[in-house]
Amino acid sequence: MLTNQEVAEGLLEKFGDQVFGFEEPYGLLTLSTTREDILPLMEFLKDHKTWQVIFLTDLTGVQYPDNKGQEFVVVYHLHSFVHNFRIRIKVALSEADLHIPTATGLFASANWMERETYDFFGILFDGHPNLRRILNIEEMDYFPMRKEYPMEDATREDKIDALFGR
Amino acid sequence: MADIELLPHNVPSQSELPELVEELTTLNLGPTHPATHGIFQNVLKMDGEKIVSGEQTIGYIHRAFEKIAERRPFYQITTLTDRMNYCSSPINNMGWHMTVEKLLGIEVPKRAQYIRVLMMELARITDHIICNSILGVDTGAFTGFLYVMQKREEVYEIYEEVCGARLTTNMGRVGGMERDLSSTAIRKIKEFIKSFPPVLRELEKLLNRNRIFMDRTINVGPISQERALSYGFTGPNLRAAGIDYDVRVMNPYSSYEDFDFEVPIGQNGDTFDRYMVRNEEMWQSLKIVEQAINNLPEGPYYADAPEFYLPPKQEVYKNMEALIYHFKIVMGEIDAPAGEVYHAVEGGNGELGFYLISDGGRAPYRLHFRRPSFIYYQAYPEMCKGSSLSDAILTMSSMNVIAGELDA
Repeated sequence: MLTNQEVAEGLLEKFGDQVFGFEEPYGLLTLSTTREDILPLMEFLKDHKTWQVIFLTDLTGVQYPDNKGQEFVVVYHLHSFVHNFRIRIKVALSEADLHIPTATGLFASANWMERETYDFFGILFDGHPNLRRILNIEEMDYFPMRKEYPMEDATREDKIDALFGR
Repeated sequence: MADIELLPHNVPSQSELPELVEELTTLNLGPTHPATHGIFQNVLKMDGEKIVSGEQTIGYIHRAFEKIAERRPFYQITTLTDRMNYCSSPINNMGWHMTVEKLLGIEVPKRAQYIRVLMMELARITDHIICNSILGVDTGAFTGFLYVMQKREEVYEIYEEVCGARLTTNMGRVGGMERDLSSTAIRKIKEFIKSFPPVLRELEKLLNRNRIFMDRTINVGPISQERALSYGFTGPNLRAAGIDYDVRVMNPYSSYEDFDFEVPIGQNGDTFDRYMVRNEEMWQSLKIVEQAINNLPEGPYYADAPEFYLPPKQEVYKNMEALIYHFKIVMGEIDAPAGEVYHAVEGGNGELGFYLISDGGRAPYRLHFRRPSFIYYQAYPEMCKGSSLSDAILTMSSMNVIAGELDA
């Protein structure tokens, strides 16, 4: 049984300062890294002889508009079936420079998940074989999941946030 | 016979003939084709009957659930999850409730957990029954489909008894179930446990060892273990390739550890194996349903979490606190704690994950659905490359891609 402690120590030993922000929300090992190190980190986890974190469960984006310089976060969930061990890796990006290397070389499943993340947030995955919109129409000229696009029509007056607790 | 004078006829010599050009046919399979069982488009390049390459277009029923969820109180998001995998909505509903309960730290009583398991396994049966019988239809056996559809109807009647709805169930609540199992529901479930095995056995008799069915499905659309893992396969499709990953066993939720069941696996990852794995899973699900109904614990069917679970209606009329809680919950004025949760359940098609980030407000800050169909459907061109069009149809229907889940 692989423990969070063991993996965290192993990663710190290998990557030093490049992995940081260790947390364990609800028992799931969460850490951050930089976009230069995300591919080596995932490759290390995947090729590790005993850990064998070979499965990319999920890849998505989150936006924190108030976090200046780190407005966007790409979140990877990886899973090792052998040890039943999950790990969450985050990479923060600034809005001015939304580039991150693609994980399609490591996991074929990253292809559409990265396209979806691009479609929703406009994060550019460098080296992706086919970085086009996937769920929305191609003519769309904005990224709908960003927080600056509110769900409801701002001109409506019958839905007052103060009254509806929003 | 009169002489017929033939007109002089110039036969062109070989060199004068226009040169034959080989070209590929482009075939639009979909978006609305009856054989695709949903709205997907595949632009196939065909060399005669063989598929050379395919390009998929998805998103025809994209409804931006993740965006909508950012404006909704937690309990209103259940209705969005219904519409993802609409063949097994209760699993989606329960998965969502459990995610929120994990965030809030609510411990659900055993009885509610068992009722949930019961409903989820019934949902799995309806999900697989559709997939397998449709596969029969696509190979030319229509009878089985109509026959087992009657059984799905019976499960829908059970849903109706438990939550009042049939297809988009919106079943259960954060903190438990919205009502206890009624005596009618228990009777109907017991009847179903009795009447379903002969029907499933008959479907097996129709297909499992049927020469035509086997010839049509064995070695059709196979995928190796390595590719399946790389493509993020989960659920029956991954198990058909020979990897025994099942969320119910690996990360038991809702008391799955109390139940005795097996995880069937296949070998070749082809259409026949996918069919067989689903077939066996229905037997296992039935086994779980039987155990759940026989060992149903006594006790409350909802957790003691008045801030999140609606109080009984009679209380609301008499009790001041109940009225306040009722109002606050309905108006969505209950704030959830800040936190970050990933919770996965074994959906009809595989690992259905909910990645929820709460910033301490009434609605999720960000909610991401890990939809199994969306992730594994991208392997489809690779799986049907080099096969004939009719085999590609079978591959798609055996993958059980559900449009609602694909596009969310």
